[in-house]
Amino acid sequence: MAVESEAGDIAAAAGPYDRARALSAFKLGDVTFYWITRLSAISVLLILGGIIISLVIGAWPAMKEYGFQFLVTKRWAPSADPPVLGALGPIYGTLVTSFIAMLIAIPVGLGIAIFLTELCPQWLRRPIGIAIELLAGIPSIIYGMWGFFVLGPFLAYTFQPFMIGLCANIPVLQDIFAGPPSYLSLFNASLILAIMVLPFITSISVDVFKTVPPVLKEAAYGVGCTTWEVVRSVVIPYTRVGVIGGIMLALGRALGETMAVTFIIGNSFRISSSIFAPGTTISAAIASEFQESDGLHQSSLILLGLLLFVLTFFVLAGARLMLMRLQAKAGK
Amino acid sequence: MNFVKAIVAAGLVAASTSAFAADITGAGATFPFPIYSKWADAYKKETGNGLNYQSIGSGGGIKQIQAKTVTFGATDAPLKAEQLEKDGLVQWPMVMGGIVPVVNLEGVKPGEMVLDGETLANIYLGKITKWDDAAIKKLNPNVKLPSDAIAVVRRSDGSGTTFNFTYYLSEASADWKSKVGSNTAVEWPVGVGAKGNEGVSGNIGQTKNSIGYVEYAYAKQNKLTYTGMINKAGKTVQPTVEAFQAAAGNADWAKAPGYYVILANQPGDKSWPMTAATFILMHKEPADKAASAEAIKFFKWSFEKGGKMAEELDYIPMPDSVVKLIEKTWSADIKS
Repeated sequence: MAVESEAGDIAAAAGPYDRARALSAFKLGDVTFYWITRLSAISVLLILGGIIISLVIGAWPAMKEYGFQFLVTKRWAPSADPPVLGALGPIYGTLVTSFIAMLIAIPVGLGIAIFLTELCPQWLRRPIGIAIELLAGIPSIIYGMWGFFVLGPFLAYTFQPFMIGLCANIPVLQDIFAGPPSYLSLFNASLILAIMVLPFITSISVDVFKTVPPVLKEAAYGVGCTTWEVVRSVVIPYTRVGVIGGIMLALGRALGETMAVTFIIGNSFRISSSIFAPGTTISAAIASEFQESDGLHQSSLILLGLLLFVLTFFVLAGARLMLMRLQAKAGK
Repeated sequence: MNFVKAIVAAGLVAASTSAFAADITGAGATFPFPIYSKWADAYKKETGNGLNYQSIGSGGGIKQIQAKTVTFGATDAPLKAEQLEKDGLVQWPMVMGGIVPVVNLEGVKPGEMVLDGETLANIYLGKITKWDDAAIKKLNPNVKLPSDAIAVVRRSDGSGTTFNFTYYLSEASADWKSKVGSNTAVEWPVGVGAKGNEGVSGNIGQTKNSIGYVEYAYAKQNKLTYTGMINKAGKTVQPTVEAFQAAAGNADWAKAPGYYVILANQPGDKSWPMTAATFILMHKEPADKAASAEAIKFFKWSFEKGGKMAEELDYIPMPDSVVKLIEKTWSADIKS
């Protein structure tokens, strides 16, 4: 009897009543999931907002003191009375090193990616792929030390004298490649940055190149295209958005990289026309001087940090805009 | 700057809770960190009492002791008497170091060359740009100097070493004082910046025809070519422990309120002109009297037994005459 009544209960439970309960259980699960993910997503905005607010509070005394002048003042004299602090030197250094780094890293990175996906024999693919991944895994301080002890001296003895000699009598170029050769310079830092951002460009490009449907490539080869033509007219246009995404990630890294740059850039706030002269970047300036700074000096360093934040924001926003235009064009 | 303070304080709290509750906490200058931690280690073995020292920089040390988050603060740049009075602080020098100019010139051996303050300032101002400049030649008639450009190297990070070096240049050259001045970070007219003493010694070692300044210990350990200096008395001196100690001995500590003496350019025939002391800051009326008394015990022990350990790390212990003065200050000024 007991068994029967239990079975009856189950049968009753299996009726329409149960269906509603199950549905509401699903619904509860869905709602919970929705809110958990939503809160996670919102937390990003909160964290970002918190960072901006604390930067603005920290930078406020410097903003009040210097105002817009901060952006266009070349001089950085924390020991002057009153201190004269301007961001032009670090801003210039940040932009120049990132620009040169991208100039070197984009063709090399894309070259590696194209070689790996289109031309590389199977047995060589893994070693090169792993080497690229390893390049991304090396801590920046190691790059800094290597730059300081190995790359810097090498450049100062070979590449820099060569370039200075080569461009000696060419207008403009003779100012950009002017001596004396130096272990610590904007160019050396840019080269280190180029090596550091290479994996970002390469591995993302490799990933997106792999998404090109084989049919497209085969068809192109079928009508007699060369490998170069396939890469230029099929692979690159098809993956343009992804490749630019990778480049932007790399640029973000280059703009913000601190430790390696601090080691090898020479940390001078002066602006020189020569890329073989020492310079500084925003992040290197902060890393160097923050610890022993106080008052207006410290506030100005925080303001520099805020500027880097804004600069990165504009670069990424600019990239988005460019991407949107490209996509609109491609749509027509 | 409250949030910076809060961040540093939070870090200190986290660090101190992980250690034993009886520990003395201190924070500040990075320059004396190796010797403070060595002393703390030996002191713990002997007495069982630990010391937790965070090397967050001189500026940080001053901020922390003002905020009363630590038992003592440490700074390479001493506070002026008015400032001490305002915050109710006591200050005294704890240990010294020497700063030496180092060069990388082919065929020149350590101690062979000699410079004076004015010349050194002019090199760092960019007024003297070649090694065979008349001013350098005049000081070194017997040294073969190349006619190459001088590669000037300096610290890029804010540091007590830079403060003391630029302070000396300001003392020696009116031009330096008006154009650049002295601070932990200054507006350098020429040269490249390298990170830390290691960075400067590494860069000097690699760059021909360069000049830089490092703490004595780094010059010694890296076998760099240091130069002699002509001191205030017009005598040529070499960087030795005796010369550093002579500078401290000749300084008029007794008459300086709050021991505000910067050891650069002290009088005396044997004084090394770029000697620097590093200072301790404590409250006259500490909130935690027990911890404060404990800290004083540690410092007393360090003065009595720590001299040899300091010398092993190429620091220079304070002369006995100065230690006696400091002990008087403790009993007179700090309430426990």
